Amino acid sequence: MNPKLTLATTARVLAQIRHDPRTVALLLVVPSLLIGLMAWIFVNTKEFETIAPALLALFPFIIMFLITSITTLRERRSGTLERLMTMPLGKFDFIVGYTLAFGLLAIIQSLVAVGYAVWVCGLSISGNPWLLILVAVANAVLGTTLGLFASAFAATEFQVVQFMPALVFPQILLGGIFIPRAQMPDVLRSISDWLPLSHSIEALQKVTTATNATGTILTEVGIVALWALGFVVVGSLTLRRQTP
Amino acid sequence: MVNSSAAVVAAGLRVRRGKAEVLHGLDFSVPSGQVVGLLGPSGSGKSTLMRAIVGAQRMASGELTVLGMPSGSPTLRRQVGYVTQAPSVYDDLTVVQNLRYFSTIIGAPASDCARVLREVDLEPQGHQLVGNLSGGQRSRVSLGVALLGSPRLLVLDEPTVGLDPVLRRALWGLFASLAVSGVSLLVSSHVMDEARRCDRILLLHDGLLLADETPDGLLARTKTTDADDAFLALIAEAEAGNRSPVHATDHPEHHPEHHPEHRAGHHAAKHDGTRDTKHHGNAE
Repeated sequence: MNPKLTLATTARVLAQIRHDPRTVALLLVVPSLLIGLMAWIFVNTKEFETIAPALLALFPFIIMFLITSITTLRERRSGTLERLMTMPLGKFDFIVGYTLAFGLLAIIQSLVAVGYAVWVCGLSISGNPWLLILVAVANAVLGTTLGLFASAFAATEFQVVQFMPALVFPQILLGGIFIPRAQMPDVLRSISDWLPLSHSIEALQKVTTATNATGTILTEVGIVALWALGFVVVGSLTLRRQTP
Repeated sequence: MVNSSAAVVAAGLRVRRGKAEVLHGLDFSVPSGQVVGLLGPSGSGKSTLMRAIVGAQRMASGELTVLGMPSGSPTLRRQVGYVTQAPSVYDDLTVVQNLRYFSTIIGAPASDCARVLREVDLEPQGHQLVGNLSGGQRSRVSLGVALLGSPRLLVLDEPTVGLDPVLRRALWGLFASLAVSGVSLLVSSHVMDEARRCDRILLLHDGLLLADETPDGLLARTKTTDADDAFLALIAEAEAGNRSPVHATDHPEHHPEHHPEHRAGHHAAKHDGTRDTKHHGNAE
């Protein structure tokens, strides 16, 4: 890996996104709008306090998954990836470059969404708000790396969008948003223990409800990070300099 | 002529994609400092051959030496410029942003962007998004990326497709001047007319080499006066050869001095005498 090439790739990806102001606007505004809608729906109940953290975990994950899988699929299909692979760019330079760019976007997105949830919608955060940002970024990185991995198995944009329900929805269903994970049937419960999103939702719920859970939260974030690392490694195996 | 100083040397090169064999044992060389045209109908294996040379395509067997090293060697990644058939640049970046990114990747000097922009005649469009350019301009951006860092070998897959005659002539002029400065070029095209502008021609058909000659040598061999007729003659002869071993009875008009084994490139030895004129650099 060469830091100069990694950062050049990050700068290039960010420059590409800068030329697409509509995407940037959607990235930054849509999560806040949805959080506002949720707060309104649950205005007469206490549910918002448990659902809002889960939403803050989901947005960066889902959005970064979609953006990354489609942009890398474009790279594969337009020939730019093949061209880069005939140049002295390392596979990790490529993947880490992408992860840094989208991680940065996720930080901005999470700051806007968390700020809106706390100051406008009145979400109370008992723990350290920076931990909330940390978990959101970990989720974004997770989405980015899973997207990179998924793009290798899609031949078209249509297919890559179908990976959303296949890879992302089960994690949402089993993540403990609809029903606490402790109340799930044993088999589903143990599957859910293995899914990265369960850990990030758990971490976010701890941040908002518990005052002194930094250790647990960092452990959960660490598990999410391990998953992300795993996807980076597997994703780099799907980048090949030579096709058979 | 076929010696170690050649930019590309292939011996018994076979490439399989999936179950089908695409290249059936090619022997040829691309001499240094020349423009070699790789011609042939679509589906003949031109792009696969070029991808093998730049190291993007795995070979089934045979040897492929590029600038003295096995193809795909990491050191070649700075020395070989490659243009894929579709313009492989970023539509959502400006021309200059594209050139800057790729020049950082290959470690080219900063001044290279300005030089390349001039060479592909895109200075006025430098700050436009590539996605807003015309097809011809976009393929020139892609060509520009390959020229960054002054590579010793350029592998260009149909670089002039979709360009108007004026630009085509300008680019062939650029190729010729690059060759004079010592760069070796392998340029594919399916426009037979462009064959006249090459120093040598490789004619590929169904994964076999039908010819490896100078343009004049080719015309003389096929007793034709224009490139289209020469290729049609060779291809008709090859197809006749595939259908029946006694092809001479099918195509009596093409039979003189030809045998089916020409397809496998066994005639490589008799080129030297026929190379007397160079076509690059002529202003027409």
